[in-house]
Amino acid sequence: MLATHSEKRTVMLLKDEVEMLRRITLFSGLPPAKLKLLAFTSDRVMYSAGESLFHQGDIGDAAYVILSGRADVLVATPTGQLKVAEVEQNSIVGEIAILCNTPRTATVKTSTALEALRIRKDDFLKLLADFPEMAVEIMRVLADRLSQTTSELTEARSRAQRAEA
Amino acid sequence: METRLSRYIWTHTRKQQLWILLVVALSMVPYFLSFDLPKQIVNGPIQGEGFEGPEATQAFLPISFSLPGFGEVNLFSGFQLEREGMLLALSLVFLLLVIINGLFKFYINTYKGRLGERLLRRIRFELVDRVLRFPPSHFKRVKPAEISTMIKDEVEPLGGFTGDAFVQPALLGGQALTALIFILLQSLWLGLVAAFIVAIQAVIIPRMRRRLLVLGRERQLTARELSGRVSEIVDGIGTIRGHDTSNYERADIAARLGRIFKIRYDLYQWKFLVKFLNNFLAQVTPFLFYSIGGYFALQGRLDIGQLVAVIGAYKDLPGPLKELIDWDQARQDVQVKYAQVVDQFSVEPLIDPSVQAIAVTSVAPITGALAAVNLSVSDDGGSKVVEHVSLQVHPGEAIAITGGSTGGGEALAEAFGRLTWPETGRIVVGDDDIHDLPESVVGRRISYASSEVYIFHGSLGDNLLYGLKHAPLTEVVYEGDKAAHRRWELLEAKLAGNPSLDVNSDWIDYGAAGATGPDDLFAKVREVLDTALLTNDIMALAVRSTINPAQHEAFAGEIVDMRGALRRRLEAEKLSDLVVFFEPGSYNVEATVGENLLFGTVTNQARWEKALESHPFFKTVLKRAGLHENFYEMGLEIAGNVVELFRDLPPDHPFFQQLTFMAAEEIPTYEALLQKVRGRAIDDVSEDDAIKIIRLCFGYIEPRHRFGLLSEELMAQIVEARREFSEGLPEDLVGIIEHYQPNRYIASASIIDNVLFGRIGHRHTDGSERIRAIVRDLFESLGLYNNVLAFGLDFDVGAGGKRLTAGQRQKLNLARALIRMSDFYIFNQPLLALDQRAQEQITRNVFAFLRQDDRKPAIVWVLANPALSELFDRQAHFENGHLVSDEAVETAAKDSDYKELAS
Repeated sequence: MLATHSEKRTVMLLKDEVEMLRRITLFSGLPPAKLKLLAFTSDRVMYSAGESLFHQGDIGDAAYVILSGRADVLVATPTGQLKVAEVEQNSIVGEIAILCNTPRTATVKTSTALEALRIRKDDFLKLLADFPEMAVEIMRVLADRLSQTTSELTEARSRAQRAEA
Repeated sequence: METRLSRYIWTHTRKQQLWILLVVALSMVPYFLSFDLPKQIVNGPIQGEGFEGPEATQAFLPISFSLPGFGEVNLFSGFQLEREGMLLALSLVFLLLVIINGLFKFYINTYKGRLGERLLRRIRFELVDRVLRFPPSHFKRVKPAEISTMIKDEVEPLGGFTGDAFVQPALLGGQALTALIFILLQSLWLGLVAAFIVAIQAVIIPRMRRRLLVLGRERQLTARELSGRVSEIVDGIGTIRGHDTSNYERADIAARLGRIFKIRYDLYQWKFLVKFLNNFLAQVTPFLFYSIGGYFALQGRLDIGQLVAVIGAYKDLPGPLKELIDWDQARQDVQVKYAQVVDQFSVEPLIDPSVQAIAVTSVAPITGALAAVNLSVSDDGGSKVVEHVSLQVHPGEAIAITGGSTGGGEALAEAFGRLTWPETGRIVVGDDDIHDLPESVVGRRISYASSEVYIFHGSLGDNLLYGLKHAPLTEVVYEGDKAAHRRWELLEAKLAGNPSLDVNSDWIDYGAAGATGPDDLFAKVREVLDTALLTNDIMALAVRSTINPAQHEAFAGEIVDMRGALRRRLEAEKLSDLVVFFEPGSYNVEATVGENLLFGTVTNQARWEKALESHPFFKTVLKRAGLHENFYEMGLEIAGNVVELFRDLPPDHPFFQQLTFMAAEEIPTYEALLQKVRGRAIDDVSEDDAIKIIRLCFGYIEPRHRFGLLSEELMAQIVEARREFSEGLPEDLVGIIEHYQPNRYIASASIIDNVLFGRIGHRHTDGSERIRAIVRDLFESLGLYNNVLAFGLDFDVGAGGKRLTAGQRQKLNLARALIRMSDFYIFNQPLLALDQRAQEQITRNVFAFLRQDDRKPAIVWVLANPALSELFDRQAHFENGHLVSDEAVETAAKDSDYKELAS
């Protein structure tokens, strides 16, 4: 029993996680000691392909930093699930719902086996409060996404107008 | 209610008051006899009066009296006794009188006490009964703590006063009057002087006391408000701390206490001023006797003997008079309290008692429609939240009410649920006003559930079945002592005007739940719990509870048997890595180092901590196993890591919740300790310090903490040491640790831990979810599901249901409404605390549940999510208190504008 377990155990240690977190832009400005703290207070979670990290409409309780693997971002539409984006290693998902207390705006479903660091809502907010540079980084990411959404919307509208005309 | 306390007491205790007066009058006979006896003893046997000769005897207890015109009648000539014999006999008579007086006193006091307690019981019950019949609007104006203070504390003195209400004035008044008459007989003038002073006392003192009464009333009001405020602080502690307003509350409380102090101090000043005046008046009379009476005596107009007699008689006047005045004060005091309470409880319109009359038999279904007729409802501010709405709900219909929080649909539902009363217009059931129908009809045939939930303190099961407890349905048969006790209970209840309903009877109306008795109720319970998606919550509570295997032997045995079944199941589903099982011969990486070392759990944490520090056993075993040094090294690593991680954080930082090794306050201690022991071998470190470091290891779990401290070798060593711990445990430590045995139930562990007999891996977020699902499934297939669920129904929900989450409380509230078979179900956004997916699922479940078996009760549902309206027959849309559209759902869906979606 012991032997089989130790073979399976590919324990990634705190210090390895710190290395991985450092590669994520959002956290790159943090001092290593804080990254270690972040890693320590977070849960290390694993998913196999086809599992959901969270569902659209759930109450958001955590954000996820993807350490390895890929996942699809799906939105429910009247015609079924629509894939709107893909997230992969070194990205963070699910932070919107915990920032503005809304239900999850999308479902995130793994497309490969995936390993992630689950950062609980309270811890994440506390980190933002303690490290303004992280908050600025979050703002930057959000602004990026907003401008992208806006341009997509503009495009969609003009297409719709053309179609009407 | 009666506004005057004396009348209230007289109405309810007339007979007893007369009886006690009679007994008091009777008790006067031995009382006065005992006054005369000492004189007889002293004069007779002691001083020798009548025993002049050495052999002289006297008659003891002669019974003779004289009849006019007949002469002396001698019934019994008495015993002839000598001097010593007489002394003994008279002393014994004295003792007898003492006992008789004592017994009279005992009887009178007990009787008065009982009289008072019965009246207290009656008045308390009457007040609670009124609370149960208050109109809904009144509850928004009063604070619960104030009402409970009134019922609990403020009426309490009334009980004490009841016994004295009539006896005391009769007795004391009689005594005072006797003394006064005696004085008048001795000397008319001096008597008049005394009567004049008494009259002044009787007029002035009560007048002065009026202010005392005003102050007393203020004192009562302020104290009641204080109790209301204190309960507000307790209830609102989260808000107070969250807004940093604790000092505002302090200021408020201090100001209130200041006001109470001022009132009480005023009260004292007046009280003692009145007392002073009273005493002065009492003492001024002898002054007048001495001066005026003396003057008259000198002048020769008054006999000196008369003067002495008057002064002697006056000694008996102030005592009863003072007590009488005290009694009067007590009377006014309780009268004020009583009037206050009555005033607070005289609320109009009180619900008529006949509306709440008990109905033991089942009630016929409602066949008419439930309807609002030109209904207007106002909120407390007086603004209309529902205006001139007419809406009919026919039996069997399902109506969705939409329009959001300002629409007015919620207020309409509340009016249907009788939580608010119409301002104008009516709610009718068939042809009758809903408020005229007995609650046994509307409270059973109409079920209401909203997101404002009240859960009573008790078990989850009790709360679930709460809505079925309308009337005592069984006659409990008591035997022996219990039967006698029950008879006593019934008699006392009757004497205090309480109802004789038996709380021990089975109140659950099984028929109303669609069951025939306690046996098949459980199936219904499960169905309802499944509908409300509450089963899993309850199962989770159940499997986390601990049970006493001695009490549930068979169940514990089956749980132990399940361990093998679970393993096979996990292997079959290729999920073996979800759980790491406990094996006597291998290290469990998902369990703490301590658990691995002991291979058991600590049952008494306090004793364990102490033993760890001071008992030589641990050190010896660790040393022998070669772990002592390893654990020390490991503890140093953990301490180093923890100190590095948490050093800079303030002690109340939420991250400390993740820290299991030590408390936040201990970090500086360990920081200093690390400095101290740096570079020193374990042998150079003091025993205390070494233990402080070693104990950190016990909480370490490698996959969770990820410090990389466990090697294969170390784990093997720990497993090796395990046997010594279980076999060599000294006598005085037995009982601290409960060892794991694959074929025995662990009493100190929860049901789920007993089933698993291992630890769930940390790596899968939904690992515990999946395991729980599998375990549930196994319970089901092994026929244990209902047993486990029953343990969950025993779960104590805490005060106000606070041990449940808000979502669980709302689900329970919904289930509580569903289990009653009603004709109308009013759901007023009952599941606001849940996420949309769950809300939707439960709504669909409720429809399936209420539409099965040919049942077709009407459903009125105030929807937060208009998308669900497809389930309904009709959709009524409200805006600003008006019903703007009411149409069948097919057309409503076509017209639905996106305004709702956007809002």
